[in-house]
Amino acid sequence: MAIFIDLLLNALVIGILLGGFYAALSIGLSITFGLLDVVNIAHPTLLILGAFIAFFLNSTWGIDPVLAGLIATPLFFAIGWVIYQIYYNAFEKSGAESLRGLAFFFGLLFIIEVGLIIQFGVDHRLVEAWYIGESANIVIGSEIDVAIPYRLLVAFVVAVAATLAIQVYLTRTFFGRAVRAVAQDMMALRLMGVDPIKVKRIAFAMGVATAGIGGALMIIVLPIEPSVGRLYIGNVFAIVVLGGLGSISGTLLAAIIIGIAESIVATFFGPSWSPAVSFGILLAVLALRPEGLFGKTAGAH
Amino acid sequence: MKYLFEIVCVLLIIGIFVLTQVVGNQFYFFIGFVILQYMVLATAWNILGGYGGYVNFGSAGFLATGAYTSVALINFLDIGLVEQIIAGGAIAGLLGFVTGYLTLRLRGVYFAIATLALAIILETVVAHWDYVGGAAGTSILPKRKPELFDIMVVDRKTGIFANYKEFLFFLMGTVAIISVWIARYIENSKLGRGLNAIKDSEEAAECMGVPTLRLKLIATTISGAMMGVAGAPLASYLTFIDPLSAFNLEYAVNAIAMPMIGGTVSWMGPVIGALLLGTAQQVSSLWIQSELNLLIVGVLLVIFVIIAPEGIVGWFRKSRKGSRG
Repeated sequence: MAIFIDLLLNALVIGILLGGFYAALSIGLSITFGLLDVVNIAHPTLLILGAFIAFFLNSTWGIDPVLAGLIATPLFFAIGWVIYQIYYNAFEKSGAESLRGLAFFFGLLFIIEVGLIIQFGVDHRLVEAWYIGESANIVIGSEIDVAIPYRLLVAFVVAVAATLAIQVYLTRTFFGRAVRAVAQDMMALRLMGVDPIKVKRIAFAMGVATAGIGGALMIIVLPIEPSVGRLYIGNVFAIVVLGGLGSISGTLLAAIIIGIAESIVATFFGPSWSPAVSFGILLAVLALRPEGLFGKTAGAH
Repeated sequence: MKYLFEIVCVLLIIGIFVLTQVVGNQFYFFIGFVILQYMVLATAWNILGGYGGYVNFGSAGFLATGAYTSVALINFLDIGLVEQIIAGGAIAGLLGFVTGYLTLRLRGVYFAIATLALAIILETVVAHWDYVGGAAGTSILPKRKPELFDIMVVDRKTGIFANYKEFLFFLMGTVAIISVWIARYIENSKLGRGLNAIKDSEEAAECMGVPTLRLKLIATTISGAMMGVAGAPLASYLTFIDPLSAFNLEYAVNAIAMPMIGGTVSWMGPVIGALLLGTAQQVSSLWIQSELNLLIVGVLLVIFVIIAPEGIVGWFRKSRKGSRG
């Protein structure tokens, strides 16, 4: 029994930490897909790109991965800016975004992934930092020993800080409110004399910019190879949909739920089952409660 | 002539049969099989994606469903190729129906995301299913001296086909032609027009009395079944199967890229796309690495989606219209 409680406690703690980390991966999509309604399925692959930039900066100049992620963020902002510009001109303007827009992002996902394979190969890459490899142990009683890996703790702290910062930005600043207004009623915004496309472009770029720091956290938490991006598609979309589209705090909560579910499955059934967890949750949410646990109606509109 | 297209189809099947008897170099059948497989896959994708506007990212999952249905049934009952194809199509069609039923009441993007999810879940399940080889894969030895209705099909001396490569090529060729026929039939039928209406505006179609959910479910089922049919002979073709080869990214990408590049509005689009891209990839893979090959497909897909949304077919039609006046 003590062993079971020990395993369960460990799984819960790891799950919560994982959840915070997942929130950082999903927050960008929560903005681009949840608020702006741009189905950026390339987001997880952009995260992998971020991870490889952190790997490159870390292995070449020994830059701390978190710092590397911050350095990469402006670059991702620019990438997001360009992507939205193309997306808007080619698809959104003519109202042809559904089929062709999806194919566009799929092609993008694919180009980035294969580009990374050609450049870096299919080996798993990892970064070096003082907090990687160590863990804090909290001992309760004689048999319960909860281990907290520092790498997850660092990712959790940075992720939660970034998520809260975005939440505050979106709710307290003028521009943040404009972004949420775009999500609610573009026409009204236009009548107020604000250019909604400009707002969307900046907001989309912000969403993509989170891939810089998110990717760095990713490679801190686990070794990365180019094709793992696709595994995270289920993860991030499950979180964004479960959290209720566009709700930042909902995203954080949903991320923690999925983190715990994955961690418990990995502990009791083996880690190779964990990709199926988030995808399974995603399918279940889509089938049963598409508006998410905490959100507005996402169904047929 | 009313049945011109059907006559051409039959002639093409006969032509393929003659090829297997005349051409000696097995290499052509080896790469020809892949191109024909892509033609089935692209045509299947286009029924839902091109006509109905619903994007399926999980083509590899449906194809692998067909492939692994075959593997399971070979292990269980030692059935022949034709039965494998029927069974693979049935199971993948069922999968298409269930996926559609779960997600098609929502917006199209959710269907797209769900199909992505589906492929990953299936891959995880198959990797844990030891009966069909698990993550390590399993080798499949084709049945020796297979018979169909008491006729020897594959045998060096007495069979219709001298070896399995020829038989597989003929089967896939027949399947491809039937698939294209089905796609063309759907395009001109009530189903095709209904799907087109859904693509333009689902709400308007619904208001006009188009049974949108039913049409979408029929389309996902047919499309899924055709993908399963394309995958069913995969294990026999490779004589080995593992999750990596069955859930290959190449399938998912080409299934979208081929119709988009060829043109999604007509049955000809996927055919042209599959012939052009498939041949180019098969030929170029002889001297450039496969990753670079895939990168080119990805870049082409993005360029076509942005610049030539109607694909090669649309481009051709436009220039014809232009010259008329």
